[in-house]
Amino acid sequence: MTQAATAPTRSTVTSPRQRRRLRRPWWRSRWRSSSDRPFWSALALLVAAFVVLPVLAVVVDGLEATGSVRLPSGLAAMALTTLLLMGGVAVGTLVVGGGLAWLVTVTRFPLRDLFSWMLVLPLAMPAYILGFVFLSTFDEAGPVQGWLRDTVGQGLWLPPVRTLPGAVLVLTMTLFPYVYLMARAAFLEQSPSTYDAARTLGAGRGRALRSVVLPLARPSLAAGLALVMMEVLTDFATVQYFGVETVSVGVYKAWKGSYDFAAASQLSVLVLLFAVAVLTGERLLRGRARYTQRGSRGQGLEPVRLHGVRAAVAVVCCLVALGIGFLLPVVRLAGWAIGEARRSPGELVDPRFSGYLANSLTVAVVVALGCVVVALVLGHAGRMATGPLPHVAAQITTFGYAVPGAVVGIGVLLAFAGLDSLVRGVGVEGGTGLLVTGSVAGILYAYLVRFLAPAYQAIDASLTKVSRTTTLSALSLGAGPRRILWRVHLPLARSGVFVAFVLVLVDAIKELPLVLLLRPFGFSTLAVWVYELASENYWEKAALPALVIVAAAVVPVFLLFRHARLVDPHRPPAAGRGRGPA
Amino acid sequence: MSRVVLELEGVTKSYGPVVAVRDLELRATAGELITLIGPSGCGKSTLLRVVAGLERPDAGTVRIDEQVVAGPRDWSPPERRRVGMVFQDHALFPHLDVTRNIAFGLDGMPRSRRRERVDEVLGLARLGHLARRYPHELSGGEQQRVALARALAPAPAVVLLDEPFSSLDETLRGQVRADTVALLRTTGTTALLVTHDQTEALSVGDRVVVMNEGRIDQAAGPVEVFEQPATRFVASFMGEAVFLPAHVHDALLTSEIGLVSTVPGWTGTDVDVEVVLRPHEVALAPSPEGSGVVCGLEYHGAFVLHSVRLPSGSLVQSWQPHSVRHPPGTRVAVSVVAGVRPTLLVGDRAMTEPPG
Amino acid sequence: MKRVVLTAVCLGLAAATAGCGALDGSSGDEEPADIQVYSARHYDVENAFAAFEEETGLKVEFLFGEDADLLKRLEAEGEQSPADVYMTVDAGNLWAAQQAGVLQPVQSKMLDTAVPRGYRDRGDHWFGLALRARTVVYHPENVDPADFDTENTYAGLADTKWQGRLCMRDSTEAYTQSLVAALIETYGREETEQMVQGWLDNDVDIMSNDILLLEAVDAGTCDVALVNHYYLARELEEKPDMAVDIFWASQDGEGVQMNLSGAGVVATTDNEADAQKLLEWLATDGQGSFIGGNHEYPVNADVRPDSIVAGFGRFDPMPIDAAAYGQRNAEALALLEEVGYE
Repeated sequence: MTQAATAPTRSTVTSPRQRRRLRRPWWRSRWRSSSDRPFWSALALLVAAFVVLPVLAVVVDGLEATGSVRLPSGLAAMALTTLLLMGGVAVGTLVVGGGLAWLVTVTRFPLRDLFSWMLVLPLAMPAYILGFVFLSTFDEAGPVQGWLRDTVGQGLWLPPVRTLPGAVLVLTMTLFPYVYLMARAAFLEQSPSTYDAARTLGAGRGRALRSVVLPLARPSLAAGLALVMMEVLTDFATVQYFGVETVSVGVYKAWKGSYDFAAASQLSVLVLLFAVAVLTGERLLRGRARYTQRGSRGQGLEPVRLHGVRAAVAVVCCLVALGIGFLLPVVRLAGWAIGEARRSPGELVDPRFSGYLANSLTVAVVVALGCVVVALVLGHAGRMATGPLPHVAAQITTFGYAVPGAVVGIGVLLAFAGLDSLVRGVGVEGGTGLLVTGSVAGILYAYLVRFLAPAYQAIDASLTKVSRTTTLSALSLGAGPRRILWRVHLPLARSGVFVAFVLVLVDAIKELPLVLLLRPFGFSTLAVWVYELASENYWEKAALPALVIVAAAVVPVFLLFRHARLVDPHRPPAAGRGRGPA
Repeated sequence: MSRVVLELEGVTKSYGPVVAVRDLELRATAGELITLIGPSGCGKSTLLRVVAGLERPDAGTVRIDEQVVAGPRDWSPPERRRVGMVFQDHALFPHLDVTRNIAFGLDGMPRSRRRERVDEVLGLARLGHLARRYPHELSGGEQQRVALARALAPAPAVVLLDEPFSSLDETLRGQVRADTVALLRTTGTTALLVTHDQTEALSVGDRVVVMNEGRIDQAAGPVEVFEQPATRFVASFMGEAVFLPAHVHDALLTSEIGLVSTVPGWTGTDVDVEVVLRPHEVALAPSPEGSGVVCGLEYHGAFVLHSVRLPSGSLVQSWQPHSVRHPPGTRVAVSVVAGVRPTLLVGDRAMTEPPG
Repeated sequence: MKRVVLTAVCLGLAAATAGCGALDGSSGDEEPADIQVYSARHYDVENAFAAFEEETGLKVEFLFGEDADLLKRLEAEGEQSPADVYMTVDAGNLWAAQQAGVLQPVQSKMLDTAVPRGYRDRGDHWFGLALRARTVVYHPENVDPADFDTENTYAGLADTKWQGRLCMRDSTEAYTQSLVAALIETYGREETEQMVQGWLDNDVDIMSNDILLLEAVDAGTCDVALVNHYYLARELEEKPDMAVDIFWASQDGEGVQMNLSGAGVVATTDNEADAQKLLEWLATDGQGSFIGGNHEYPVNADVRPDSIVAGFGRFDPMPIDAAAYGQRNAEALALLEEVGYE
């Protein structure tokens, strides 16, 4: 942190400017050094303001409407349920996502390459489809329990499905890819000698994993978990199917049941504070420890080939993880789609389909690129300016993810309504016009607000592992901030950049509430189309477009993973090994 | 002969088509400090990794304290080998402070005993005042000491050091090296130290192992390695050397520069050889009849390196005290310093016995 | 790296420009629609609007969304809003919209005749267009319909004979909320609380989808469930041999609980005449195509429901009081929460 500020204290203090700096107390010099690059601090603050504006608009609207704080009576119970759900899913995704990332990174087994990218796919399954698919399959009246009762006997006891543990299981199996992706990137970037050192110090594979590899992957794991936690916090679509009353269900009920948007927005702020506490708490717990590594970066851990039973177990683990979160819903949807095709083959494909698909993809690609660029600039700003300001700003930008999508959408509406009256107040005839809901501008803005978090988390986790001395040495070599961004930070954080792109892309393709709320007339996406059908329980009609959403996510994930073999140093021996004889 | 602590027999390891080490034989006795040297890619790091259990040999046997840790039927993972390792980049755990880095290898011990041992090692390595620091708060030399202390803490049978000083700057390196050797000696630790620095290899090692292309060319005491290199490679790698065509006839060694020396025990021989001449073994005397002409001077402070061209076009080099400077163009008589018995090569191998 | 990034950025920009035409949906159409509708209703509106255009030459465009979202959007857009008509799937939201002041009254003889007084706003801010009943369905082999209380069937389900045999919807669902709101309005808060408590004491199995409820009854894992009638009609259309029968609740008492789907003209519209024309058509000639595929009941007494629904027989409905649904919804939620109905 303070290298830049303390550097002049060496013997060669010559210029009056440097001498003046020396006389400053340390806290002043710290702030001073941050304002050494005011451009980057200002940029970070600007982005933060941009992102936080809709959230603020919701808060202000909520307080303005009532002038008081109204919280539902069952809040304590809701908060407890939310905590339990978050805890359960945190442990679950850490074990499943982290475990699979470890398995896929350090071992080789049949189909490993296929699994390594397919394990991201559960993210592609929209939440508003999952709940129904699971319950229609596994609930008492579903085919699985029916079959079990028919074969084993009517008296068979089966665990109830619509419970908190059920919700934990389903959320875990669909959200683990966040942790998986982040952990995989971290493991690939980890210096192998640290792992080797642990082994030679008497630690078995297990202990080396537990006490060295995992702690060193902590920034990445924390980033992945933060995303999972925010998803759990803001999820309504899946959770309500399992009868789990989280605070977000409270938001929904207050707004849509009691027609009390003010109460809903206040609850949303509470959810946000919850998320802030979780995020900040993790940072504080890190204390003085660092996670950057010296020396041979990127060689990665040496994979071990598994044989026989162990290989089979590895394959089964991947299959189970993939099966619950992805294959099962796909099979179920395919079944419905086939049923629909048999019944009314003529109506199967709507002519507007291709247009919706194009909209979905275009918005997703534009948003993914936008988020990656902004997140990279934010992370870079945090490294260029040594003060705390850009870091705080960057943290603020991730809050958009901790607010339910529909609330962000309303926030964008309100923010622009405020802007409009401001412009009118100045005397401009017609104000800003229908800027938000008259074009896709509002959607793109809202997407950025919401999806900056996954992009920033992924990229920051990668940048955290770039040693500060690397940046400083680049600066000392006379490279300007922009050149460092381009030539140092971007290449070093490329696995994070890649993860960020995939995450936002997949998230954006299936995103629903923002588009639903902010789209102009005539604009629709596949997700909206599926939701229109699913919300009225036309599952068989919704099945095919839902599958197309999934397919639309599969293709970029596959292509990007293939491309990202750049990142994976473990190519087959014939292509030249990363670690040669030395 | 003291107890053999580490023993490698016929160890071979390849990466795909590339053979990293081939049929290695090596023994280390208790308390011995062996330095391993060779050009990059010669297999020295692979040798360390095989001993540490970080790589599995394709063939051969590794024994530590007479236990087979790698062999055709046996395999012990690194954590069960009692081998400590110091990595080139130190590989300290950045999320643990010095104390916990050192305590890492003492996992099985009772808590009180562990604390005792950590304190003991901290004291030995003179790290007591840094106990609560994190690795990023240490200087390079301090980091190296922590890495060594950490490796020594579990009292391993063998400590492996993989170019431990290469990341330190020149001024620091000498002191850290001395500290390291002192610590290894005090603790009586058997150690294998990989280096690419000839002086380091010679000055630190009880024995020097020179490796080339996956094989051990020579494993012997530093004096022997330097003065009686076993191969052309060792001769040229361990110090400056020129190879002059020469002839042994009835125990007399002659070459372009005249009579070089006698070769006791080679009576009755008549063979062509090459003689290895190191600059400090070559004497120069200015003389109008001399066969050589000085063609270059390099001032090194205490010594001046003279390059001399012989009539055949071959070049020899000679160290002269700083007061002696023969300007280029000077004719000199070239001879070998009295008492030197230079190494003779037939093909690439040094000959100590007359061939045939 | 640089080249990869450059390529990616170029591709993105290309996609953005290429997509702009497609993205900017409204300008892509040849001409703007005459009437723009914010609709929480998706099914059959398309067919109905197409038929309307054919008859009148007026083009209708609609934007689907959730009731509460669309209302908030109307409020935020204010005068700028392009919407002419706001259409919801339940009475409570119509009431909320009227309370928020985004609807304007419509004076129309035609609407007054077509839509019975109970199914429209007293101030003519909105008009019901389709009706649905939330009633009892049962597994015919496991349940004798004579066991149902005909006076207050909902209350009767609190009887211990239904212990472990009930399935109902969750409290986040508007169907549940408006049912309880209607029960509070009709029977008072105390009695309603006893009913809900009784269901809970009977270990009611709470599910989050009407289709799942019907499947549970069909499979026999539930004996009795409360569902919207049209879901049963729809399932029967596809699986006529489903083991689910319908029972009209409270026929000897206050009648079966109803809700409606309706629409109103947006206050800021600049096209009241056409908007009114659309509502009038939907309440009269358009009733058939509006409710046709969805098995709802028409509000207009002159229009007959479809054959499957007609097969369910005639019944007495409980009156709908939209204001009560709107105002009591919060109370219903509070009640559900108090007794622990999730």
